[in-house]
Amino acid sequence: MSLIRFQPTELSTWSPFERLSTLRDEMNRLFDLSAPGFGDREDRLLGVWSPPLDVFQDKGHVFVKAELPGMKKEDIRISLHENTLTISGERKQEQEVKEGDGYRSERFFGRFHRSVTLPLAVQTSDVKAQYKDGILAITLPKAEEAKPRQIEVQVS
Amino acid sequence: MSTTLTQSNQRTGAANGTQRVTYVTPVANILETSDGYLLEAEMPGVAKDGIEVTVENGELVIVGRRADKDMPGTLLYRESRPLDYRRVFDLDPSIDTGRITAKMEQGILKLTLPKAEEVKPRRIEVTD
Repeated sequence: MSLIRFQPTELSTWSPFERLSTLRDEMNRLFDLSAPGFGDREDRLLGVWSPPLDVFQDKGHVFVKAELPGMKKEDIRISLHENTLTISGERKQEQEVKEGDGYRSERFFGRFHRSVTLPLAVQTSDVKAQYKDGILAITLPKAEEAKPRQIEVQVS
Repeated sequence: MSTTLTQSNQRTGAANGTQRVTYVTPVANILETSDGYLLEAEMPGVAKDGIEVTVENGELVIVGRRADKDMPGTLLYRESRPLDYRRVFDLDPSIDTGRITAKMEQGILKLTLPKAEEVKPRRIEVTD
């Protein structure tokens, strides 16, 4: 079996979502790896771990979700500088492989670093993070000026 | 590792007979020792009750259903795939399927597949 995950054509139906991955597109252009919609293939070729990030918003908050399976809470670092949220950490190989054992590894161990520029201003205080089922979920309250406001129109 | 857990090329399974469901193939690590196999598959977003492990016709099927499909608000940017996980492995006949155990830890499914006692390597003492 090859180290690169086989991606069948069915998954190419997800390309509309891939279109949103502008950072990945930039990386593709930079390295001229013309494999749009092929998930983490580039990462594997480059030998780095780049956990997928999702960003959501509601009226008062911005939510960032990162897939970080099999980590220890203490090994995850989150920092916020102006409007750039950075998640970094290290996943350690716990399994001991003795001589004579057979081993096949597809999982990545080591350090990762992801930064995302948030689309709107957030409050640096009161940021919450939860790590559950291998998903890191960060909740950031929007800054007052970024919240949608309703303006009352006085009709006289 | 002559006989081992090998991956079958079955990414999609049929649901309700007709509809095709697309799954994400979870990446996995397999360790084989003289006692058995240890399989670890990455399924972020899957809780303990979203795991289905079945053994049938010499195949081990692992399915993980995501518990985090509901989005908190509206989507701005997405890299993850909001799909369930599925992967099929061919079972080494030496595995004692009655003693397979599963554990879920922070999005990692850990399966212990012990080998049957009779296939474990044994040293035979030479008697006079």
